[in-house]
This record gives sequence, structure tokens and C-alpha cells, in this order.
Amino acid sequence: MTVDRGWRLGLRTVALAYLALLLLVPVGLVFYRTFEHGVGAVWDSITTPAAIHAFQLTLEVTAIAVPLNTLFGIVMALALARGRFPGKALLDALIDLPFAISPIVIGLSLILVYGVHGWLGGALADAGVQVIFSVPGIVLATVFVSLPFVVREVTPVLREIGDEQEQAAATLGANRWQTFWRITLPAIRWGVAYGVVLSVARAIGEFGAVSVVSGKISGKTETLTLLVEKRYGNFDLAGAYAASALLAVIALGTLLAMTLIKPRREEGET
Amino acid sequence: MISVAGVTKKFGDYVALDDVSLDVPDGSLTALLGPSGSGKSTLLRIIGGLESPDAGRVEIHGEDATPITPQKRGIGFVFQHYAAFKHMTVRDNVAFGLKVRKRPKDEIRDRVDELLAIVGLAGYQTRYPSQLSGGQRQRMALARALAVEPKVLLLDEPFGALDARVRADLREWLRKLHDEVHVTTLLVTHDQEEAMSIADQIAVMDNSRIEQVGAPRELYDRPATPFVMSFLGPVSQVGEALVRPHDISLTPHAEGDGAREAMVSRVVHLGFEVRVELMLTDGSAVTAQLTRTEADELELSRGDIVWLRTAGSATLPV
Repeated sequence: MTVDRGWRLGLRTVALAYLALLLLVPVGLVFYRTFEHGVGAVWDSITTPAAIHAFQLTLEVTAIAVPLNTLFGIVMALALARGRFPGKALLDALIDLPFAISPIVIGLSLILVYGVHGWLGGALADAGVQVIFSVPGIVLATVFVSLPFVVREVTPVLREIGDEQEQAAATLGANRWQTFWRITLPAIRWGVAYGVVLSVARAIGEFGAVSVVSGKISGKTETLTLLVEKRYGNFDLAGAYAASALLAVIALGTLLAMTLIKPRREEGET
Repeated sequence: MISVAGVTKKFGDYVALDDVSLDVPDGSLTALLGPSGSGKSTLLRIIGGLESPDAGRVEIHGEDATPITPQKRGIGFVFQHYAAFKHMTVRDNVAFGLKVRKRPKDEIRDRVDELLAIVGLAGYQTRYPSQLSGGQRQRMALARALAVEPKVLLLDEPFGALDARVRADLREWLRKLHDEVHVTTLLVTHDQEEAMSIADQIAVMDNSRIEQVGAPRELYDRPATPFVMSFLGPVSQVGEALVRPHDISLTPHAEGDGAREAMVSRVVHLGFEVRVELMLTDGSAVTAQLTRTEADELELSRGDIVWLRTAGSATLPV
């Protein structure tokens, strides 16, 4: 099929304008507004104690949630791709639940379970563990929302490489553990890396579920996204933009990592 | 020696192997020959421990191997699609079995170099599998399997993914290698020419059972069933019997008893061999294979009437 030259130009213009209005202009404006009053003001705004704490908390939560989900994701992907057990289809569908449920509902459901009057929260509170309105709750919410990424990236890679290499390793005398470390993991590493990058992006950017369970206590349970919201609500627009720009820089970093990993993952290059 | 006794394997309702027994003599190269779906790969995988039988047992060198995992069976397994470790160099691929056995580094290096020389890949140590041709990858896989000094070598359609010429070359090469290394080898193939040209012994499989076991010549000359006869070479049906096309002789006149009248419907010259398609008086079609000299003497052409008789050992009633 040949498309008329005029049509092609028209379609390109529409596509670019769509991207520009929805993506490039808003993100660009955030950066423009951020640096409108000079770099010094921005620096002051992102080095206040609250901002530093928010940044640290965000990194801390990510550093706990992402490794947990990576471990879980690899084990689950192996079970889905290699295992034969009843209820596999159901489990496969359940993995996507965090994508399907609104983050705010996730937050509320966590309160129902782990809140002081919740199903488990009372017992935990008696044991001296506070989950909701505290860091553990933020970690739980972040784990929940970023759960599917590694599973979803690794399962198709495992299915594609098949189990012949693993069988060959077994006939050569390797036990399951040796086979996993020497054969399976190197074969899926780019899939894992891509899943990790997506999880990091999601963990850092999560707002809805964290907003419900954190209590938004400045200097205690306030993450970077919550800081942006608070500053915006307090009409501290410059401060909100500065924190947003910081988030956007992290996002651009993950985007760069994805761009570097994606072709290797798709080629199955090793 | 590999000894399989009464092995049955089902996948759901499908019976992949039905009470199969087979002996593979020490130091032999035995081929498991059969059409796809006949159960030959399943049998090989059961011997290798990659599948477990529902009934029956597998012995390797007199020891019951049925409960032993593939890791401990002392087998070398070569897969149709090479199963090369893509992220490892040729050296690391071949060294894999020795590394998991924690052998000294010097010993591993020497052994790998020696094996790569045997399979004709000396100098390829630092390449990756993606930089090798299909035939080279399979030779690497063979070196990898031989590195752990297996008691038996199991090859699952090892040349099935290669093109015809490389396949023929590698077939010759494998036979020579076997004559040097002498490891008891079982090779699965659906290619009767491959089985005939390299195996000491062939087990023909069909429909989840072994139809016949014997030396190539024996199977060709004295097939036990019509299936074995037709799978090992071309056949023609003359009346109530199956014969090889080269066991049909033609004469221009009726001589003696038992000759059948036939009309030449086509003559095909294939170099030295001449294929004559005939029609019998009952309307059935028969193909005869003559040498060029024989055909020239008869001066056959389409529409001629000839007399046909059958000779030779491989004749089976239908």
C-alpha cells in the first residue's frame, strides 16, 4: 500500500503535535520554570531538610522494594515458564492485579489489613510494629504497585530460550543451583535488567498508594512525589517545580538505561 | 552396554512408548530409526534421564539407572538444536562439565584444547556460539558432551537442523570419531540413509514400539515387517508381495513360469540407474530399477510389452 505524500506529512505532524502537547511541552516547561530564577534558588529549594529527607526516603524505599520484587519476579517467572502445577493460569492472571487496581485502592486495602484497626495491624501494633503512617507501609505499597514488572519481563524471555540449555547443563553434571547461576540467569539477565529499571521508575514515581498509607509526615514519611504535592498545595510553585525537576531527572536517567538495555534484551544478545 | 527393558511412557492419554526393550552393545554405534512421532526421541530422553518412564527400567553398564538423575548417569547428550550456552565462549562451553566437577584449571585447559582438536575446532576457543556455523556448533556440543568422559553418548537427531551437504560430511566424520573414541553411542534419526551409512546396529521404531533390531544389511535384506521394508528403501508391490525395485528383472518374452505381463508406461534415465514405470494387467503400477546396460539391451520405450519376474531376498507378503 502506498500512502500519499501529503497524508504522510499530515500524519507525522499530528503525531508529533500530539507528543509535543502531551509530553514535551509540559516536561520542558517544568524545567523552564524550575530554572527561571536561577540555579541558586533551585539548589536551596532541593536542599532543605524536608527535601533531602524526602529524597533519601524515596531512595531507601526503592532500595528495599526493587530487590524484593526482583527476587520474587525471577522465582515467579521460573514457576510460570517452567513449572507444571494446578492454578497456574489463575496465578498468572493474579500477577497483573497491581496493574489493574487503582493505586489509591491499593493504599486503602493496605490500611484495611495493616491499619491499627485492621486485620493484622492490631497484632503488629501490640508487637510494637507500626506499618501504616510509617516507612514499612510505604515499602509495602511500593512493592505492591511495582510487583509485576520483573515477572512480566522475564517470563517471555524464559519461554523463548526454552529449557534445552538447562537440560544440557544437567546432563553435564550441574545441579539446579549451578544451572541457575551459570546458565539460566546469564540468559535472562537483560530481561531482568529491563524489569528492574521499570520497577525503579515506578517505585520512585509512585504517588497514589503511598499517599494513602504514608500519613505525609514531613521529615518522616514524606517521599519526593508527596513533597511535590505538598509544595504545590501550599502555593510554593517554585519549590514544587524544583522537586519535580529532580524527579524528572531521575526519570530521564531510567529512560536512558532502558534505551541502552532494550535492544540487547530484544536481540537476546549475550 | 545400555539395556532397556519393558519401558512404557504416556503423555496424558497418548502412549509414546509401549513396552519397549532394547540392548545397545558396548562400543557400538546404534541408530534409533523411525518416522516423527514414533517415540524414538522419548526413548533416548528416558535413557538420558531427561524423562522418567511410567514402567520398565534402564540399565547402563549393568547398573539400574532408572532412579538416577541425569547429573549422575554418566551420559553425554547432544541435542538437535545444539543447546549451546550462548553467553559462553567455545572454551567455556566445552569446559562446563569439568568446571562443575571442580577439576584443576590446568587439566581443564589441556582437556578442552585436546577435545577441540579432535572435533576440528582448534583455534576457535575464544569464539562465541553465534560466530560458528551450525555444523561447528554441533561439533562443539559433541566436544562438550565428550569432555566429561561419558559412559554412553546419546545423540538426538544431531544433524537434523543442518543442510544436506553438511549433514553428509558430519555423518562420515562422526563415524570416524566413533572408531577413534569407541564410546557406546545411541543416535536418533529419521533419515534411513544416515542410519544405514554409520550405524553398526539399527532399531527401527514405529507407533511407539520397536519393529526390528539388526545390522543395516540384515534389515535391508530380511525385513521383518512391511513397515521396516518400506522405511529402509524403495519398494514395489507386485501382486501379493513387496519387492525392492532393483530385484525386479524384465525380459522381452515370456520365459518359464511366474512371469507377469506388463506394459511400460514411462522410462526415466537417472545416470547409471534407469527407473522403469510399468503397469500390470490388473491395472496396478510397479516401478523397476535397472542398470543402464540392462535398459539399453531391452531398448524399452513407452507402450512396450515386457515380462516381469522378481528375485532377491527381500520379498514380503503383504
